[in-house]
Amino acid sequence: MDSYDASESTPRQSTSLRPEDYFIGATFLQKRLESVRKQTSFIPTPPRRKIPHCSQLQEDVDPQKVAFLLHKQWTLYSLTPLYKFSYSNLKEYSRLLNAFIVAEKQKGLAVEVGEDFNVKVIFSTVLGIKGTQRDPEAFLVQILSKSQLPSENREGKVLWTGWFCCIFGDSLLETVSEDFTCLPLFLANGAESNTAIIGTWFQKTFDCYFSPLAINAFNLSWMAAMWTACKMDHYVATTEFLWSVPCSPQSLDISYAIHPEDAKALWDSVHKTPGEVTQEEVDLFMDCLYSHFHRHFKIHLSATRLVRVSTSVASAHTDGKIKILCHKYLIGVLAYLTELAIFQIE
Amino acid sequence: MSVLRPLDKLPSLNTATILLVGTEDALLQQLADSMLKEDCTSELKVHLAKSLPLPSSVNRPRIDLIVFVVNLHSKYSLQNTEESLRHVDASFFLGKVCFLATGAGRESHCSIHRHTVVKLAHTYQSPLLYCDLEVEGFQATMAQRLVRMLQMCAGHVPGVSALNLLSLLRSSEGPSLEDM
Repeated sequence: MDSYDASESTPRQSTSLRPEDYFIGATFLQKRLESVRKQTSFIPTPPRRKIPHCSQLQEDVDPQKVAFLLHKQWTLYSLTPLYKFSYSNLKEYSRLLNAFIVAEKQKGLAVEVGEDFNVKVIFSTVLGIKGTQRDPEAFLVQILSKSQLPSENREGKVLWTGWFCCIFGDSLLETVSEDFTCLPLFLANGAESNTAIIGTWFQKTFDCYFSPLAINAFNLSWMAAMWTACKMDHYVATTEFLWSVPCSPQSLDISYAIHPEDAKALWDSVHKTPGEVTQEEVDLFMDCLYSHFHRHFKIHLSATRLVRVSTSVASAHTDGKIKILCHKYLIGVLAYLTELAIFQIE
Repeated sequence: MSVLRPLDKLPSLNTATILLVGTEDALLQQLADSMLKEDCTSELKVHLAKSLPLPSSVNRPRIDLIVFVVNLHSKYSLQNTEESLRHVDASFFLGKVCFLATGAGRESHCSIHRHTVVKLAHTYQSPLLYCDLEVEGFQATMAQRLVRMLQMCAGHVPGVSALNLLSLLRSSEGPSLEDM
């Protein structure tokens, strides 16, 4: 399922050659075919994965600058590489997108009652949100409402925020040519109508494609295990799971809350190899929770669907909604989400 | 005690019996109905079970093919299958056992990775079939396929045995399975 392997070098990296060695045009198609072919062979999900730790680039990340990313609910999308996107043209993009939004709103396509038509669009880069030096810089798009009185409050209220990032996206970066910028993960917060308008503009301008990123129960249990494994000084939230039971006529929801220190203690008893998380450990961790629940309530949680996981590090919902609570593990959380996005694109 | 053995009973005349084992009652019932609707020269008998071991009090014919249905949406069905596999005699795995994975179509609902089921099928040297049993069309096709397999396993197709079928189905798998 996931082609990215954190602990061992992939065969792809050792066989890639510089583009100049091939005829133009044959290279990228060849590389794509190679990567697709390798995925159809039975390469399993990496049984090991590094526990998200503070990345080496953490010094560049200013906690104040990324504070606006935390404690907000983001809707996730995966994005194919952008064609001919340039970081130096951000001002121009702001202008174009502004005009587009105004035109769309005047067309009456996305009219909301009481909405201010005076909006301002700002593109900006967010430094430091990347896994390796090869990853492209993350950038941010914000829609602000222009205040009526220009004298006070120059900066209007933020109506919509969306940001694009790529953390450890090597597997994708290798297979695309220089004209493309790979930022496979897109996070949006704000009105759905704005997301749709911005999405349309990006798709038209950069020939890319957005698709909503859903997180299945398998990945949610990996997230639960990885985030429980993170060492925290103090816990801000209880560890909570939500399962949806498929029964008629109305589905039943089961919520299971654990004290975060108990969850960490359980994880520590299950965890064997330091610095790595294996599939067996994740399965064992979840099985412990399931059997505990079964002993008390005689309900097999393993027959239900895990829908939401919430820890002190972050919380994720299967519909593709995420909220990050801890800036220390921001990069780690984004790295896993980038992996899921890349997998969806491929 | 109540381990299923392939040759412990005499076969009945022109009868082929299949045993479907799985936790999803509704899906198994629908699959059984589809199979019984198929045009077949042999007389078909379909047995459904939630898990093994089967109660020994019932008088049942010799079982020619066991299909373990694993729902990729539910870890419980996988655990149930693994438990049930212990009650099957080793000689059954010479082509008379098959795994059926359902639910792969809805990726967002999957809680088992596809690789887990592939590994299970590989460990037991048995073919793995994928089918979304919830979809009418796929279910009908799978029913046809299973009826054909059942006829071969019961020996009703001249010239083809269960073991032949097994080696035919296995040759399409890649060599990289050896690394597992």
